[in-house]
Amino acid sequence: MKEVNLVLGVIGADVHAIGNKILEYALTNAGFKVHNLGVMVSQEEFVKAALETDAKAVLVSSLYGHGEIDCRGLKEKFIEAGLDDVLLYVGGNLVVGKQDFSEVERKFKAMGFDRVFPPGTMPEEAIKALKEDLGLM
Amino acid sequence: MRLGLFLDIGSTYTKGRVVELERGELLASAKAYTTVETDVTLGINDCLLELSRQGIKEKYDIKLASSSAAGGLRMVAVGLVRDLTTEAAKKAALTAGARVEKSYSYELTPEDLDEILALKPDIILLAGGTDGGNKKYLLENARKLSRLKLKGTILVAGNRSAASEVAGILEGKVDFRIAPNVLPDLNTLNIEPVQNLIRQIFLEKIVEAKGLKKAEKIVDKVMMPTPLAVLKGAELLAQKIGELILIDVGGATTDVHSVAKGLPTLAGVSLKGLPEPYAKRTVEGDLGLRRTVKNVVEYGREEFYNSGITSGQLSDYLEKITKDPTYLPQTPQEKEIEKALTRICVKTAMNRHAGRLEEIWTPAGKSFVQYGKDLTRVEALVGTGGPLVYAEEPEKVLAAAFFEETNPNILKPKNPEMYLDTEYILFAAGLLAENDRETGLKLLNSVKKL
Repeated sequence: MKEVNLVLGVIGADVHAIGNKILEYALTNAGFKVHNLGVMVSQEEFVKAALETDAKAVLVSSLYGHGEIDCRGLKEKFIEAGLDDVLLYVGGNLVVGKQDFSEVERKFKAMGFDRVFPPGTMPEEAIKALKEDLGLM
Repeated sequence: MRLGLFLDIGSTYTKGRVVELERGELLASAKAYTTVETDVTLGINDCLLELSRQGIKEKYDIKLASSSAAGGLRMVAVGLVRDLTTEAAKKAALTAGARVEKSYSYELTPEDLDEILALKPDIILLAGGTDGGNKKYLLENARKLSRLKLKGTILVAGNRSAASEVAGILEGKVDFRIAPNVLPDLNTLNIEPVQNLIRQIFLEKIVEAKGLKKAEKIVDKVMMPTPLAVLKGAELLAQKIGELILIDVGGATTDVHSVAKGLPTLAGVSLKGLPEPYAKRTVEGDLGLRRTVKNVVEYGREEFYNSGITSGQLSDYLEKITKDPTYLPQTPQEKEIEKALTRICVKTAMNRHAGRLEEIWTPAGKSFVQYGKDLTRVEALVGTGGPLVYAEEPEKVLAAAFFEETNPNILKPKNPEMYLDTEYILFAAGLLAENDRETGLKLLNSVKKL
């Protein structure tokens, strides 16, 4: 597989670090070059990192329920930076409480995310999706 | 007795230090006007004459020089994202002892290119993209720079995957070198190879271009830019007294060096931004006691009120030193003003050099993010340069760099021991340590504890 750059991070004021480490490990093992920005990553940091690393996909995690506010406007910033082609994934506990996931998915897709993953998704699913979307299968 | 001569060829003065090489002891000091425009050897010979008047009759076994004459080593830095590759390039240039005239991000505009031509930098450090990352901006900027009639050297330190293509663009059009990427990935700063190449270009091209080659009729070698010699001196001093901060207030700029890791000292703090170099140098081009003194006044009016200096007294003094920049304070009142000005430089420069904490409220309570270096636990604060060394109460001036309870998010040293480079020996120790670290360390005994 040709080297593919990915940017990974937990958005907003969210400090959940463990899932982030697990994802980094799994994605690296799957052959991707992972640029992990860690926790408490701002939208601007995602954009800047994607620009410098020529990332093909950006994986945004949010575990604390404020994902909707934190993610709003991210796609627009990518477009503004000339990065319209970069895939945007988001996953985790994106909203507070037990909302219907199909409703959450619809909301985040409308915000410009290419894929939305529900709580409890295993890394393998994200890897499979990446390979499909990037034509690596 | 084996003797070493160390010269700092500056833009105004050439300073000489004679060191006994067995015991690492400073024997004599001299200074003379530099005449780099006509003949740099005149100032050096005046220095030598003065030293022989002081009784130094023996032959010198080694004669080494550093130089900041003819504007110093002047660079511009070009990168992609301002706080990523541009910042990395800037850090590399500063820690190589350069004066960074300007830095640029994204695609260079026609105005940027005009400005670069007018600045006539000795070296343009061209970065952009992590390894395997973005190539577009690096290639485009290389193309644009290749069309200018540049006298200086372009040092390319960007995306490795684009390096050979960049070389193809620049080949035959401008002098250039290729270095490993200064930011190979977002969490790795790789400045050492860039520093080494900058120094190589300095030795091979810039010493000649600045008329310093003549100096090598008298000295063995002009080894490096003076700020690099000082930084090397500071690194050596840190081996002796532990992690340190060095502050140098000058006529046009204030330099701050920290030789410290600067990792978070508080629990639960997440580190953000680029990694920091262990030996870090920042230069504040708007903080000096003569050429840039007008800004200094604006940054700290309260210093004057606290010292009981009226605005009339202040403006009289400013007029005096603007007319004659070589004027030194004479009366107690003038000394008080100079002290206040120096304190403002120290404080402002330290505020900008030190890392900072940002408070973030999360659903789990308050959390902190740290940008830059946490210097709160650094135990040594060293002053160098005329205004600090000749101040009547240097400890009070240096104390302006301390941590402030009223400003707790700036991570300045909390309770450091203070030292003063009274003999201006750091550059000489830095030069000497290149070949003889042990004697260099002994020479640092002349850095006084306050």
